[in-house]
Amino acid sequence: MARFLIPLALFIALAVFLGIGLTKDPRLLPSPLINKQAPAFDLPRLFQPEQKISQKEFIGKVSIFNVWASWCGACRQEHPFMMSLSRKNEVTIFGLNYKDNRKDAQRWLADFGGNPYTAIAFDKSGRTGIDWGVYGVPETFIIDKKGRIRYKQVGPLYPQVWQEKLLPIIKKLQAE
Amino acid sequence: MKSSILSRRLLSGILLLIFVLSAQAAIVAFKFTDPAKEARFQKFGNELRCLVCQNESLADSNAQLALDLRRVLYKMIENNATDKQIISFMVNRYGDFILYKPPVEPSTWLLWFGPFVLVVIGLIILFRVVRNTRKQADTELTAEEQKQLDLLLKNEKEEPRV
Repeated sequence: MARFLIPLALFIALAVFLGIGLTKDPRLLPSPLINKQAPAFDLPRLFQPEQKISQKEFIGKVSIFNVWASWCGACRQEHPFMMSLSRKNEVTIFGLNYKDNRKDAQRWLADFGGNPYTAIAFDKSGRTGIDWGVYGVPETFIIDKKGRIRYKQVGPLYPQVWQEKLLPIIKKLQAE
Repeated sequence: MKSSILSRRLLSGILLLIFVLSAQAAIVAFKFTDPAKEARFQKFGNELRCLVCQNESLADSNAQLALDLRRVLYKMIENNATDKQIISFMVNRYGDFILYKPPVEPSTWLLWFGPFVLVVIGLIILFRVVRNTRKQADTELTAEEQKQLDLLLKNEKEEPRV
């Protein structure tokens, strides 16, 4: 009996492992930056090129840092939600305009419903994106009051993921 | 006839050239004066994974991010960064996933040593199976069985099968 049961059990175990593997998205990689200080940057702003913005801006409040670009299709999909988020005023929203063209980015915001961001860093070369480990725009980081990264969402934000994942973390961090 | 062979050769020559050029295209953009540095660049380009198209190395990928990371790699190598500095730069930003060869640590033990454990288990099973069959073959016949065998052999001799 064991002769047949052991291979059967092994087969079922293998099938279960492979099955679990299929449900996971291989594009979602754990970020090594979680719980670390936000990487330093010093970039011009998208709308005020003469003014700079750095990671110091994050200190003192819980904020989200949203990486986007006008060439990014999923960002367009995400944008209405970002607009509704900015109207709710639950959290400060900063933007990182990643590897974009200043004019295109400004026009994109005007064309697709407005500017949800308190301030937007303009990362033309994408070098700041590399320091932040950006690999798939849009990405959204949650940053705590001390300027540490606490969560990273790869891919567009939408109401469900916001309610289930990001908002509970933000609420907790705001209470800290 | 002759012209068709010639044109076929020409065509295959052109195809070969296109192939060679496209294979080179991803790498050639960076110029090194020191061949040792170029070799390091190639080595890291092949050992690091592109995060956008995950089954391609940094050297092979045409993704924008891969190009940017090659640029960073180029600068680091030109500035004589050590292997450790390069690896930690990449891993600190993108995690171990960027390495084709993950580091040996408790969470990757199964990955590193699992295959060897399986080979050992397989060898143990094989050894036991072989020993068991040999044991069976070696068993002596009981008196009863010996009698039956003798009878059969006798019958065989008297009435040979056709």
